[in-house]
Amino acid sequence: MNVQANTMKHTTVIKGAATTDLRHDSATKHVTGAADYTDDIAEPVGTLHAYLGLSEVAHAEIENIDFSAVLAAPGVVGVLTADDIPGVNDVSPTGSNDDPVFATGKIEFWGQPLFAVVAESRDAARRAAELAEVSYKKLPHILDAVQAIEAGGPCVTAPLKLERGDVETAMAAAEHRIKGQMTAGGQDHMYLEGHIAFAMPGEDEDVTVYSSTQHPSEAQHMVAHVLGVASNAVTVNVRRMGGGFGGKESQMSLFCAVAALAAKKWNRAVKIRPDRDQDMIATGKRHDFVIDYDVAFDSDGRIQALDGSFAARCGFSADLSGPVTDRALFHADNAYFYPHVRLVSKPMKTNTVSNTAFRGFGGPHGVIAAERIMEEIAYHLGKDPLEVRKVNFYGGEGRDLTPYHQTVSDNILQRLVGELEDTSQYQARRAAVLEHNAKGGIIRKGIALTPVKFGISFTATWFNQAGALVHVYNDGSIALNHGGTEMGQGLNTKVAQVVADAFQVDFDRIKITQTTTEKVPNSSATAASSGSDLNGMAALNAVEQIKARLVTFAAETWKVDPSEVVFAPNEVHIGDTRLSFNAFIKQAYMARIQLSAAGFYKTPDIHWDRAKGKGRPFYYYAYGASVSEVSIDTLTGEYQVDRVDILHDVGRSLNPILDKGQVEGAFVQGMGWVTTEELWWDDEGCLRTHAPSTYKIPLASDLPREFNVNLADWSENRELTIKRSKAVGEPPFMLGISVFEALSMAVASIADYRECPRLDSPATPERVLMAIDRLQDGEG
Amino acid sequence: MQAIRREIRFLLNDREQCIAEVSATDTVLDFLRIERRLTGTKEGCAEGDCGACTVLIGRIANGELIYETVNACIRFMASLDGCHIVTIEHLRGPEGRLHPVQQAMVDFHGSQCGFCTPGIVMSLYALWMQSPSPSRTEIETALQGNLCRCTGYEPIIKAAHAVSQYGTPTSDYLLAERDATMARLAAYKDGARVELSEGSDLAIVPADVDDLAVVLQEHPQATIVAGSTDVGLWVTKMMRPISPAVFIGHLDGLKQISSDGDNITLGAGATYSEAETVLTSNFPHLAEFWNRIAGWQVRNMGTIGGNIANGSPIGDTPPLLIALGAEITLRKGATRRVVPIAEFFIAYGKQDREEGDFVESIHIPKAAANTLHAAYKITKRRDEDISSVCAAFNLTVENGMILRANIAFGGMAATPKRAAHAEAVLIGQAWSEATLIAASRELGKDFTPLSDWRASADYRLRVSQNLFRRFWLEKGSADQTAQLVRV
Repeated sequence: MNVQANTMKHTTVIKGAATTDLRHDSATKHVTGAADYTDDIAEPVGTLHAYLGLSEVAHAEIENIDFSAVLAAPGVVGVLTADDIPGVNDVSPTGSNDDPVFATGKIEFWGQPLFAVVAESRDAARRAAELAEVSYKKLPHILDAVQAIEAGGPCVTAPLKLERGDVETAMAAAEHRIKGQMTAGGQDHMYLEGHIAFAMPGEDEDVTVYSSTQHPSEAQHMVAHVLGVASNAVTVNVRRMGGGFGGKESQMSLFCAVAALAAKKWNRAVKIRPDRDQDMIATGKRHDFVIDYDVAFDSDGRIQALDGSFAARCGFSADLSGPVTDRALFHADNAYFYPHVRLVSKPMKTNTVSNTAFRGFGGPHGVIAAERIMEEIAYHLGKDPLEVRKVNFYGGEGRDLTPYHQTVSDNILQRLVGELEDTSQYQARRAAVLEHNAKGGIIRKGIALTPVKFGISFTATWFNQAGALVHVYNDGSIALNHGGTEMGQGLNTKVAQVVADAFQVDFDRIKITQTTTEKVPNSSATAASSGSDLNGMAALNAVEQIKARLVTFAAETWKVDPSEVVFAPNEVHIGDTRLSFNAFIKQAYMARIQLSAAGFYKTPDIHWDRAKGKGRPFYYYAYGASVSEVSIDTLTGEYQVDRVDILHDVGRSLNPILDKGQVEGAFVQGMGWVTTEELWWDDEGCLRTHAPSTYKIPLASDLPREFNVNLADWSENRELTIKRSKAVGEPPFMLGISVFEALSMAVASIADYRECPRLDSPATPERVLMAIDRLQDGEG
Repeated sequence: MQAIRREIRFLLNDREQCIAEVSATDTVLDFLRIERRLTGTKEGCAEGDCGACTVLIGRIANGELIYETVNACIRFMASLDGCHIVTIEHLRGPEGRLHPVQQAMVDFHGSQCGFCTPGIVMSLYALWMQSPSPSRTEIETALQGNLCRCTGYEPIIKAAHAVSQYGTPTSDYLLAERDATMARLAAYKDGARVELSEGSDLAIVPADVDDLAVVLQEHPQATIVAGSTDVGLWVTKMMRPISPAVFIGHLDGLKQISSDGDNITLGAGATYSEAETVLTSNFPHLAEFWNRIAGWQVRNMGTIGGNIANGSPIGDTPPLLIALGAEITLRKGATRRVVPIAEFFIAYGKQDREEGDFVESIHIPKAAANTLHAAYKITKRRDEDISSVCAAFNLTVENGMILRANIAFGGMAATPKRAAHAEAVLIGQAWSEATLIAASRELGKDFTPLSDWRASADYRLRVSQNLFRRFWLEKGSADQTAQLVRV
């Protein structure tokens, strides 16, 4: 044994250790087109294709559907309706029983799935789906939250109220008070790969579904629910997604269910892939909110009391609107302490597609409202909005309690914002912007610094658990599986880094395998930015179990103290003995040591009592801030983003380069949300922005002309997260809000900053020009 | 007697293809993914907007082999005859190493989910062949037709800047094969008309322009398909039948571009990319405008003739051509007639084009002395967006007086249309800001725009009026600070 060890080349560090830069594990496959997505899987002979038939009315009773032309169309094998569902016609992710796979009796939004056509080719199914003759009896429809409230309409789920202190008394005593309203728009996910599911029938009741879902366990449970079989009959597999952003958390279940229903009915493989228009019309998106605020503050701009209401267009069903609107309230404080506060959510039912999860999950609406309030106060007092922000930051004696009674104990915003203010030369640039605007030209400029504080954990506490499965094969190679899904964020890379680090072996020894409900059961959605936190810890737990057995084995075999067994880079040191990892594993195998383990993790110390509005829903907070400078054309409302500086907190990063990619991508997506991404329904309730030709996400040429992105490399998570890192998926999305407030400042210059412009999000060129016109006309 | 061939012949990566079973509506993307299992090319939108399906099409133009990016999703198979189609699978070259573009994308972390990545690599590949050390503007232009939802583009732009450090086009496998490829493509050209399928699937690829005239007389109700950037969507989005479809994108006789004397003549089949040089050199004000027509792939496919013939009220070139006083030649059989373009657009969906007619060429008078020109495109997103409002100004000003005014708008009415009332206010008046403002107030008489998802009627009218002021600031006061300047 020692002979082998002596001739071995020693390495001092492993390749791809945790906390180092490492490229995405699929990068080479991405750039060569070799990365397989669900639609790229080779289809078995006889594969059928399903396509949805959608309603073309927002609210109606179905009188009749005549399928004769559909069934007579070339290539059609049959039609699926609710009558073909052996289990329950429902895919509600919250057990609300209000999300039918196929509508029966009543249609509740334009674009609701009524049936599916199954045919020999996708083209045949798609063409035939147009041929159904649906007769309706139209009912009056309600399209947005304001209409819903005016009509006294129902909520899709119970509203939330957060309250602390005595709002009325504080309001009455305050020096200054402003009431206002803003609309913050929705957003389509516009993942480049749309929804898709591909089901293969198995024996007995079994079915296997390949899909592009962020939540394979839920898809599994929903398919079982719809088929009326036990969950153990259903397997859901996900190798990778072409983007998710929350849009594939609950929304994929319907497609999985339809594919599985058809696969079992015809005993053939069945694929369903809607086109982009159907994807955007029939599946949920980010909610839009109408936010009313009543704020009291002193002459320094320090808030005394806030009363806020957050009304959301939820669509026809609950879906995830409960937790989304809850999270809007959880973030209505953003980074600021409200001594007296009352916040209510109004999750309104509307005859529109059921809105769902989207990066930030309601948080962005809370944050944009908080930032709008800061601007309102600043304009009212004639101050730099940054000054107002700073006096309201959490911190100091008695100023650390959130509206939901969680203490903010890890705030780093003072330092982070201070550094960004310096490195971005905010003060000098703001002075230059003011000077530029004072000349009164056609092109006006604006600059804004906005912070973000984002709570990390699922507010549904039970989702904060994860599993992993790690196998070490007897040649020393390692297979890693966990319950998280890969949608581009690099989760698989990060978790594999954790495993490599724990075993002290090179990253490329680890095979990352597809997510499958067969290996890790009852996984949570890869959502809420939690992927690395949860799955990294679960994988680490699995490795620690295997390592503990290996240490015991080594200590007993070589007769050393367990403390003398050390996992060194690609080696194991046992006292004076040095073995290659492979050789050591081979010996462990021969000694019949179990080289596989299932790991598990649950986030500690969190609890939430929704009825009381109290608890510690978040394990920790992630922080960040951005400074944006813009120019607007006051003749057309068009604009460009001149410069953006970002400083963002990811704790001690597991992979700084991938985290930076998340920050940049999230910022640009957030910028799109507040600028050009506009959802537009016509009066009949038909979404008319349902493809990239009409729905405009940022392009390369929309990037800031100068874009400086840095991670706060001094930050470490105070909690015992994986390697003291912090979640990164969602928090930087809200950094895009600085673009919105910079646009607002440029507009405000028209009236010499005397008032805060009435600007809603998204601030399209049209909205910017109309806000300018209102100021020029003295209408505010 | 015109020879007829019943199959198309083209090169797919390094394989020759002869395919007879082609229907009018078969797309290149479905062929690649379903028939050939070349699944690296992705479908993101099937409407030519996201670029996930970007491939290169090589063709012989003016005796040279050129490669251009196109959207495979809206490109029809019948249009491939005589072309070389290059997909992402072909980039690695025979020895299997990553291509410089691919390696740069890997090293700069240019992919996250990876779904848009093959399309982006293809666009950057085309850019690198054209401009190995591109400027920021060139990179952004090359990526106008490629959406990425994950990265925020920053690492992709960094990769594009760095490609030249990984290799130069002279070492490129595809370019090294240029002569052999040209020979193979040249061998496909047999002067035959291609007829594919029959009945409701019939597709015809005429041999030349005269043959096109014959085909259209035989099939007067045929759908003429040039760049398929509009007709493609009739098929992929609306599932409309287009047969018999007559494909004209390959006709060299419709691509002639000449600039002599007082006129520029464009063959109707000239693409936006092909027409760019002659137009921007004669009309420098079009340089930025031209760059904002669609994205790169669509500019490589779409034709000026198609933009005119389909009569869309929101096409980018008609307002411009109306303002410039262009005329078009319509041909039926051997008969030709010339129509001022302003008179071609009769009503929504109705043009002065009879069955069997096709647009053969476009004639644009060169800028006359003392004329002032501008063209503006107003959109929600700067690039690759359809106009909310498109405006073109052409004023003749002598001795401080406006002698002629030719002002046309798109997006303001059911057709691209002149602003007659506004023009009337200008003519004979002093060239001044006050005159232009007065004219802008007449626009409400000229137009009653619609509200839709691109813009409200109020905004359309307001911004159109403001463009008169912009025109003054640019041409009258020469105030360079009045515009957003891209750096």
